[in-house]
Amino acid sequence: MTDVSTSSAHASAPTPARGVADTVEHAMATPEREQPYEALGLKADEYAKIREILGRRPTSGELAMYSVMWSEHCSYKSSKIYLRQFGKKVTPKMKENLMVGMGENAGVVDVGEGWAVTFKIESHNHPSYIEPFQGAATGVGGIVRDIISMGARPVAVMDALRFGAIDDPDTARVVHGAVSGISFYGNCLGLPNIGGETWFDPVYQANPLVNALAVGVLRHEDLHLANARGAGNKVVLFGARTGGDGIGGASILASDSFDEGGPTKRPAVQVGDPFAEKVLIECCLELFAKELVEGIQDLGAAGISCATSELASNGDGGMYIELDKVLLRDPSLTAEEILMSESQERMMAIVHPDKLDEFLAVVKKWDVETSVLGEVTDTGRLVIHWHGEEIVNVDPRTVAVDGPVYERPVAYPTWIDALQADTASALPRPTSGEELRDQALRMLGSPNLADKSWVTNQYDYYVGGNTALAFPDDAGMVRVDEESGLGFAVATDANGRYCQLDPRQGAQLALAEAYRNVAVSGATPAAVSDCLNFGSPENPEVMWQFSQAVEGLADGCMELEIPVTGGNVSFYNQTGDVPIHPTPVVAVLGVIDDVARRIPSGWQDAGDNIYLLGTTALELDGSAWSGVIHDHLGGRPPAVDLAREKQLAQLIAAGASESLIASAHDLADGGLWQALAESVLRFGVGARVWLDEIIERDGVDAATALFSESTARVLVSVPREDDVKFRGLCEGRGYPALRIGVTDSVAALEVQDLFTVEVDELRRVHRAPLAEAFGPVVGQ
Amino acid sequence: MRVGVVTFPGSLDERDAQRAVRLAGAEPVELWHSDHDLQGVDAIVLPGGFSYGDYLRCGAIAAHSPIMREVVDAANSGMPVLGICNGFQVLVEAHLLPGGLIRNDHGQFVRRDQQLRVENTSTAWTSGFEQGQEITIPLKNGEGGFIADAETLARIEGEGLVTFRYVGLNPNGSLNDIAGLTNERGNVVGLMPHPEHAVEAGFGPDTSTRMRSGVDGLTFFTSVVEQALARA
Repeated sequence: MTDVSTSSAHASAPTPARGVADTVEHAMATPEREQPYEALGLKADEYAKIREILGRRPTSGELAMYSVMWSEHCSYKSSKIYLRQFGKKVTPKMKENLMVGMGENAGVVDVGEGWAVTFKIESHNHPSYIEPFQGAATGVGGIVRDIISMGARPVAVMDALRFGAIDDPDTARVVHGAVSGISFYGNCLGLPNIGGETWFDPVYQANPLVNALAVGVLRHEDLHLANARGAGNKVVLFGARTGGDGIGGASILASDSFDEGGPTKRPAVQVGDPFAEKVLIECCLELFAKELVEGIQDLGAAGISCATSELASNGDGGMYIELDKVLLRDPSLTAEEILMSESQERMMAIVHPDKLDEFLAVVKKWDVETSVLGEVTDTGRLVIHWHGEEIVNVDPRTVAVDGPVYERPVAYPTWIDALQADTASALPRPTSGEELRDQALRMLGSPNLADKSWVTNQYDYYVGGNTALAFPDDAGMVRVDEESGLGFAVATDANGRYCQLDPRQGAQLALAEAYRNVAVSGATPAAVSDCLNFGSPENPEVMWQFSQAVEGLADGCMELEIPVTGGNVSFYNQTGDVPIHPTPVVAVLGVIDDVARRIPSGWQDAGDNIYLLGTTALELDGSAWSGVIHDHLGGRPPAVDLAREKQLAQLIAAGASESLIASAHDLADGGLWQALAESVLRFGVGARVWLDEIIERDGVDAATALFSESTARVLVSVPREDDVKFRGLCEGRGYPALRIGVTDSVAALEVQDLFTVEVDELRRVHRAPLAEAFGPVVGQ
Repeated sequence: MRVGVVTFPGSLDERDAQRAVRLAGAEPVELWHSDHDLQGVDAIVLPGGFSYGDYLRCGAIAAHSPIMREVVDAANSGMPVLGICNGFQVLVEAHLLPGGLIRNDHGQFVRRDQQLRVENTSTAWTSGFEQGQEITIPLKNGEGGFIADAETLARIEGEGLVTFRYVGLNPNGSLNDIAGLTNERGNVVGLMPHPEHAVEAGFGPDTSTRMRSGVDGLTFFTSVVEQALARA
């Protein structure tokens, strides 16, 4: 092991750290020494289990590793028993195009023509509250490194964001920080930001959610899995130097609730450098292309502890590391700190000794710092030395794979029956044109239904030149193959209000909406990634919500026959005793043969017929209307009918392939009214619509027709010349379709016999909330 | 015709620039920042991005890279050079164009479909436009505010070096709404908006009638190709 060489950058070895290392030998000699396992986030029984596994007390280095890897964030110890459903509830069709499923850095889907797409959504919630700019920025950085480690080129990002009340002074701090962090990091990486959501609710006041999604593309033959195989292969750390940032980020920050007035946790937040990451991306892609690596693992949560133990567990099982070879930003770091550091922009590669020189040459070309730390062994042990002394000697599987698994107590919430009984149907509904107009505009000008340009105007969606759709369209779409036009579409959705009323149904509603959003873009839904944001798993009512949501999602995916390919669980989103609304963010990825056939979300021409597909029922519980107009949350969320959703998606795909559809927009929050207003606002083309036929056919009143959030509905515009064909298509497939209006050269939205709003007024109202709360919208 | 596209560490839009060159009928050639070799190209594009992480000052480090010595020599002997966004910043830092670019007056990164007026059609990259023509080109930057001292500004205006002006909305506080410039000879052009993002229907900016159908940027590249053909 003497030939282990350091650095293409001629860095000097770090000076010895303060204090004397706690070696394995020392640990055996001092079994009674007290260890700070509680401060590291471990429970007494977990500590006892570690002692049992090792047959001695852990060294301080081993304790550091176990504490981060057995944290909720890394080990999924409370969620594991539920997440297994995603692997079990599958049909043969769901496996057909699945190249890599759950458990790897990101799932991979075959999209045809020799291409594959990998995508994943992940949370960075806790850091984004403490230090919004860096927290959100490094959230983007982390998910992008997951994509690279699969051998894919990252091609798009998007973010699902939840903030506190728009008028709370602290919300502006978090919004400004998180949005500029995402803008700064994503724009500097050259990744188009193509969609996502921004949502405001007081339940997220001290627990904002920043969920970052990334998508990568690769040829089938370029797929790589991160594992350490082949004894004698070198273990190389490259990228940024290791510093003191993010120590304990996973165990202390993401695996505990915030206590009001508690000590600051800022040192546990990582600091990002997107330039270093951009160079790292290009460097990794060149290493893969030249076949110079056996595998690459990104360093995210739990840093070197995670990368070494996971690589070894997924490979031949053994690894030898000289930890003093790690290049440091701060030479005073201890071995334990180095093991736990979550410094960004670092990767670990497994390299065959014969390819090491070529590897180092590529890394040097990109001016990336490198250090060979050790090699793969066949001993079945992960052994780590620090200045010549053994400080870690463990079976890596006990660290990375066989962590604790909890069957936490589950309790049906005491409050939920009363909440569900309190239906919004009992609230007074407007009947006159004047009242309807007033409420419609209040809804359009409410924070969650308002224009989000304040956020999205800070994101580059052009870079790459392949973006076919981006916000404010229902899904983002990117071309994969410039010759054939093959592409993918992605949408994320979640509605915490629905999930609070019924987590199982709420999760399925999120799935149905993301699925529909992809379908209306003209793509065929193919796979799911989810980011499950919940309160503390130690609260049995939260665990009940979680179990319901996961079951709902797994059952829903099986019915729609699209597999869950990966994702992440974020617990402890609560301050004190109050958890957030359950917020399972669902990302659906779809495939489209030729992005030239994509469907816009708004009207571009006057004189097209407007159709409402699907039927409307009195479903106002949990709706935007009940929240905005009556500040009410109660009842049961809208019914889910996934068979209908599937039928609807197929209908739209058929219409798109015959180019019968000029635009399509999904109905969700704010119902038909919001869909109409957004269709007008997209290109400023007005419309005349009538509600009488909806009212008559579905037996509802005007307010319900406009504001109900019944599912499996889409607003479609059809050129006159295609009208007969389109009607035939709907009739042939037995899908309810009503012509409810016509697009108009007059710049106004007229709801016949009830009210009219000029486009200028719609725009002013729609744009006001974010500008009023956060300052002028740039570029508007 | 062969058009070189330089990649610096942190360049982001080099593949888009290569595509634009290809769509204009020329052959894109990849040039690497640390080389001293222009590989015999007939024109050069410095693409957008965050070269060297925009450390020190946007474009400042790239302006001193090995390839830029060759680019400066080639520009001074008349080779067409186009600097887009970060490339414009590099040209200014390399003193191939006058003035400077600072943080947007509103302090935020901004991305929008930007209206521009073509003020000078006698450059290598704008000969295909009509004088005064209004075009739509995507803009995306954090530090795009054009500045110059009064004397320089007067000279730029007096000599007709202003090539593009922002129309409708000045997105970053640029003096005199200046979006892009040329040099006295007309072979070097730099601008903050991104013509390489408006070259292919379906992936460009929205126009008044159709989503993402704007291709005004293609004329930058066809201008330089047609002039080369005319000379041949």
